[in-house]
Amino acid sequence: MDITLQQTVFYVVAILMSVFSVMTVTTGSILRSATYLLFVLFGTAAIYFILGYTFLGAVQLMVYAGGIVVLYVFSILLTNSDKSINHKLGRSKIVAALATVIIGTALVLFLIWTNGFALNLIPESSEISLREIGLSLISADKHGYVLPFEIAGVLLLACMIGGLLIARKR
Amino acid sequence: MDIHVVYYLVISTIMLFAGIYGFFTRKNLLAVLISVELILNATNINFAVFNRYLFPDVFEGHFFALFGIGIAAAETAVAIAIIINIYRNIRNIQTDNIDELKG
Repeated sequence: MDITLQQTVFYVVAILMSVFSVMTVTTGSILRSATYLLFVLFGTAAIYFILGYTFLGAVQLMVYAGGIVVLYVFSILLTNSDKSINHKLGRSKIVAALATVIIGTALVLFLIWTNGFALNLIPESSEISLREIGLSLISADKHGYVLPFEIAGVLLLACMIGGLLIARKR
Repeated sequence: MDIHVVYYLVISTIMLFAGIYGFFTRKNLLAVLISVELILNATNINFAVFNRYLFPDVFEGHFFALFGIGIAAAETAVAIAIIINIYRNIRNIQTDNIDELKG
């Protein structure tokens, strides 16, 4: 059994993503938590690249790594919350959360393993081109997405106005 | 290119439940928001993977993940605006103290 380069990359990314996503929610410092979140988002982009969705990976890198994580770091520093992350939580609450998570993970993994997906090949299909993405975003055909596109535009405008209204000084 | 589809789902399951654990145990509002971000990313991975493996000829999952990323960004921006406003009012963003906001 020979291991291809693709598999090697995938397994490395998979292990890094699992480790960092657990560390994101268990680390004591919230700045470190944001940094680990950044690594998880990079891993997600790598998964999109492995799947062949290069545009989606690029969007993930730009929006998340370039925008959201910077926003998080700024607001962490602005709200001075680095010291106050480890408020005492009752031991019974932690045990209950841990039990919920472990049982849930075991249940979902069991369902995935016994579902019987027989798909171990990425289907050979032509990579979706940028031109095709753009045309289907503004077309109103069967596979067109002009309505969600417009609604997302209105939503982003509403979010911009709402964010300004909420965060302004009075 | 033979990576079994189950491995992708295992990653997204771990991410999802790590996010749920953080959502339950964190007390800082920004840390809760980071956990929500993990959950949203796990669902986006699932959309892309199912689209790629099960229906490689259409791109519904691809576009759904694209819109999901945009909406997650909008949600984060508004949530951080609210959190900063809370901090300005009560100098604190712990979930225990949010009930001071009423009235």
